[in-house]
Amino acid sequence: MIKMFRKSKIITLLAAVALLFALALPNVFAAKATPKQKNIILATTTSTQDSGLLDVLIPVFEKQTGYFVKTIAVGSGQAMKMGEKGEADVLLVHSPDAEKKFIEEGYGINRRLVMHNDFVIVGPPADPAKIKGVKSSVEALKRIAETKSLFLSRGDNSGTHAKEKTLWKKAEINPAGQKWYQETGLGMGQTLDVAAEKKGYTLTDRGTYLALKKNLGLDILVEGDAALLNIYHVIEVNSAKWPKVNAAGARDFADFMVSKKTQQIIKTFGVDQYGSPLFFPDAGKKEEDLGK
Amino acid sequence: MRGKGEDENKDYPRPFPLPSRVGKCLRCFVELIFQGIAKAFELIVHFNPEVMGITWLSLKVSGIATFISLLIGISLGVAIALNNFYGKKIVISLINTGMGLPPVVVGLFVTIFIWRSGPFGSLGILYTPTAMIIAQAIIATPIVMGISLAAIQNLHPNLRLQILSLGASRLQMVWVLIKEAKLPLLAAVMAGFGGVISEVGASIMVGGNIKGYSRVLTTATVMETSKGNFDIAIALGIILLMLAFVINFLLTQIQQRQRLR
Repeated sequence: MIKMFRKSKIITLLAAVALLFALALPNVFAAKATPKQKNIILATTTSTQDSGLLDVLIPVFEKQTGYFVKTIAVGSGQAMKMGEKGEADVLLVHSPDAEKKFIEEGYGINRRLVMHNDFVIVGPPADPAKIKGVKSSVEALKRIAETKSLFLSRGDNSGTHAKEKTLWKKAEINPAGQKWYQETGLGMGQTLDVAAEKKGYTLTDRGTYLALKKNLGLDILVEGDAALLNIYHVIEVNSAKWPKVNAAGARDFADFMVSKKTQQIIKTFGVDQYGSPLFFPDAGKKEEDLGK
Repeated sequence: MRGKGEDENKDYPRPFPLPSRVGKCLRCFVELIFQGIAKAFELIVHFNPEVMGITWLSLKVSGIATFISLLIGISLGVAIALNNFYGKKIVISLINTGMGLPPVVVGLFVTIFIWRSGPFGSLGILYTPTAMIIAQAIIATPIVMGISLAAIQNLHPNLRLQILSLGASRLQMVWVLIKEAKLPLLAAVMAGFGGVISEVGASIMVGGNIKGYSRVLTTATVMETSKGNFDIAIALGIILLMLAFVINFLLTQIQQRQRLR
């Protein structure tokens, strides 16, 4: 008798829990019910968020169109992985070689040039590898390798990391596993912090460097090399491959990024704070013509 | 060369000191901490709407998650404690292991389950506060369950027989036992809430740290650190600690009042 009673008690208890759970959950869902197609998932690089550019652009876009943009700031590599799985609707990335492959494999459509800035090699003012003023970034990396000066790599498949790997390849050096070559696996801002702390060299986009400059004590040592261009494209994820992708929203956002008004905002963004723009608008131009 | 570099450093404004100098310069270190504290008060006193929104969302997400974990954790914990069944020890070991569940692993699995191509993709809840509540509830439930289990098991075994012999129904007995174990059960609430409000790995993965929508105190701290805004990061950390203190203070009041009586 007691045993039976005990069993039914447990069942009642479990049922009560299940009921409460069932009652609680829909409320949670309802609280955040926005029309599904109103949401756009934008996968982008850390540099567009950390520089503050998106904090300016996204509210303008949302106000203009009524969409709600969910910005997920990750490395370009991860952003494109999200696109490949259909987990993002639109990408704003800066890893041209990987982007071309992404388009060729049919994951994305309508790759359009948005803006550029450039990469710079930064390092401690003492400059142990004596690269200050060197014109060629490849030459600078060679000197860093020769003097075995500490170099911090992002090591996270981001656009910056991809650029850095291309440069090492051009210098015909394989730095992986060397004692003077360390991979942080962190975002750009944190990698700059590590470089500052350890007095090492690193490759960074100019925007993030300018935004963080005040805390770092790292100097720009190599700049202006055509190989150091940092080019941002907007790509719509192919809805033919992933029907759940918000194709209309992606198209609207991409159109917004290359529109005249937005390009004007990009052009002036950061001027009052840093004395120079962080990004240069390029909509409608050809990638090959940049830096000429 | 070196002298020139130092001169250049003086040129740009430096509202708070270099991280690379922190280790060497005690004054700079103290300065940074005080700037963080000052910033925290500034944000609170001026009622900064963004920070207030972030704080409120932290409280809401972790509060609901803790509440869900209490419902599941206490009821299952008590049920397991009061019943003998085959494999009970293994179940308890599993729960105790779950108390140390790494939040990033929970975040990863929740993400895989709810992304568009996942089994619950049609719900469309990835990168929402709802997803954060689910992930945090999964993190807190084993903590609450483990502590409630231990709390009930710690009661004298004869107490149950005594209550029943006084003519109580089983439901009444369970209720008396829960009341009897109030002290450790409130500790379970605090441990569960403390575990999730301070958690960052899962929240950033399933919530996405979206401004004004799924940004909570911990994920905002990570972002401000990576932006190099150490004063704001410290300020957010201080607000988080104050929030945790207030909640725990209130719970401790309830807990200790019961004890004194």
